[in-house]
Amino acid sequence: MTATTTAPVAATPVRTANGRPSARLRAWATRAPLLPALIFMIAVTQLPFVATLVISFFDWNALYPKARHFTGLDNYQEVLTDADLRHSVWTTVLLTVAVVLASLVLGLLLALLLDRRFRGRGVVRTLLIAPFLVVPVAAALLWKHVLYNPEYGLFNGLLHYVGGPQPDWISNTPLLAVEASLVWQWTPFMMLILLAGLQSRDQQQIEAARVDGASDWQIFRHLTLPHLRRYLELGALLGSIYIVQNFDAVFTITSGGLGTANLPYTVYQSFYQAHENGLASAAGVLVVIGSIVIATFALRVVSSLFREEVSRA
Amino acid sequence: MSATAVSARGRRKGAGLGLVAWLAGIVFFLPIAWMALTSFHSEEDAATNPPSFAASLTLDGYREFFGAGGGAGPWPSLINSAVASIVSTLLVLLLALPAAYALSIRPVRKWTDVLFFFLSTKMLPAVAGLLPIYLFAKNTDMLDNIWLLVILYTSMNLPIAVWMMQSFLAEVPVAVIEAARVDGARLPTVLARVVAPIALPGIAATSLICFIFSWNELLFARVLTGVVAETAPVFLTGFITSQGLFLAKVCAASLVISLPVLAAGFAAQDKLVQGLSLGAVK
Repeated sequence: MTATTTAPVAATPVRTANGRPSARLRAWATRAPLLPALIFMIAVTQLPFVATLVISFFDWNALYPKARHFTGLDNYQEVLTDADLRHSVWTTVLLTVAVVLASLVLGLLLALLLDRRFRGRGVVRTLLIAPFLVVPVAAALLWKHVLYNPEYGLFNGLLHYVGGPQPDWISNTPLLAVEASLVWQWTPFMMLILLAGLQSRDQQQIEAARVDGASDWQIFRHLTLPHLRRYLELGALLGSIYIVQNFDAVFTITSGGLGTANLPYTVYQSFYQAHENGLASAAGVLVVIGSIVIATFALRVVSSLFREEVSRA
Repeated sequence: MSATAVSARGRRKGAGLGLVAWLAGIVFFLPIAWMALTSFHSEEDAATNPPSFAASLTLDGYREFFGAGGGAGPWPSLINSAVASIVSTLLVLLLALPAAYALSIRPVRKWTDVLFFFLSTKMLPAVAGLLPIYLFAKNTDMLDNIWLLVILYTSMNLPIAVWMMQSFLAEVPVAVIEAARVDGARLPTVLARVVAPIALPGIAATSLICFIFSWNELLFARVLTGVVAETAPVFLTGFITSQGLFLAKVCAASLVISLPVLAAGFAAQDKLVQGLSLGAVK
């Protein structure tokens, strides 16, 4: 690509005395289109985080602003020894892992089904995508009131027909209730990624294996699954990014009660309701550290995916 | 075993699996179908056990939602959501297009590092910056102001947009651009005649995804808006404060608010996943 620098675009700016474009100016002309986006991102996402970091070292309750003072690492100590907060860390992990795994497995099964030719495939695909396209708050309300409601929810209504029990879903299994609604929303997404993966398989290779007498299972195990690996990784990565940060479902279905408060909800609560700015910030910083650990791993996965892209290009 | 027997069995198996797929599709769609049906029921019929599938239909739920019952009505929040989503999407395009150009067609040095910087901001949980943004908004009188959400939604979607756009622009063959230049075409002409036609479907897909994410967002809107700048998802969370039956009303509200996303998503099913997977899945 560097060979294209001879093209006239960047050469229009000021020229030096001998008539040749200054290399430095040319470099800035190349960079210029990038700068607005870069500066905007740094200002809106990085600066607030620096502020969070600073606030996390202060004892600062918004209701008593005069009593604000520097406390060093006290907030971190309090956050890390707080049983509720430790529990919310665990909840976040459990929620994310369960939802990502379940929707990946379900998504894979559905993708395998949809990869086959059958009557009405397009319709079924549309039906399956729909849950992903319901606004998350609306989906959470739908699950909480219309499906889970112990008296007149659809689940207990259907159980009624078969003479089954009438459980109070949210009270009995609160975390599972939140997870189920999220799995319902995220399975279509995983399915779409994996379907794209299935359809990019080398059909000739599969035919050859079939001619050689390989069974469906062998083909799946030794050809399809290895091919799908990067698609599975991509699905897991993107799912994790969004589900770690989930707020809508926890906020709507249980309001963080019954032990379902995850980290985003806890941070929200500690400053929005308890007005503990310092503690909320410390918790926020811990969320970020956790994310960085995941992200370092995740970025490596993505960069390996895109290295293939780049080398292909 | 003769060849016809094998294919007959294969066909039967195929039909069986097709049936399973149909079943799965119906199971996944059932909650939405039930939501749609309930939204057309009266509140009394919506809250029965066993469910009344064949109850008479009415538009009361929608009438109630749109404020015929004397409520504030959802229009201000729907308009706020539309403004926040559309304006932030336009801003995203304005910032992401030149950036993507500098990362694909005329790449800066170390362009992959820059691309990864954009992605890494997406991994920083939004909640970590929430408090300073709240305090900043409070001190500058920006609380309950829709333009603050416009800025935040722009930053939320910009990384994805840069990634997507980069992958779309990278598909524009450099040779074609070079040829146009050799023929004496100036940069604006090249962009309009060569780059735009190839990149336009990608730009459309990017816009759709940015629109959907902005339309769906709850946390920032919930914390940073109040009465004036309330968006549709916030309106929805505050919708069920009243006592008594509300199922039909909630179903109608949820359906109306999801409608733009459902429409946009169905229209661009393939592009949706390509966009969300940051262009990695073709």
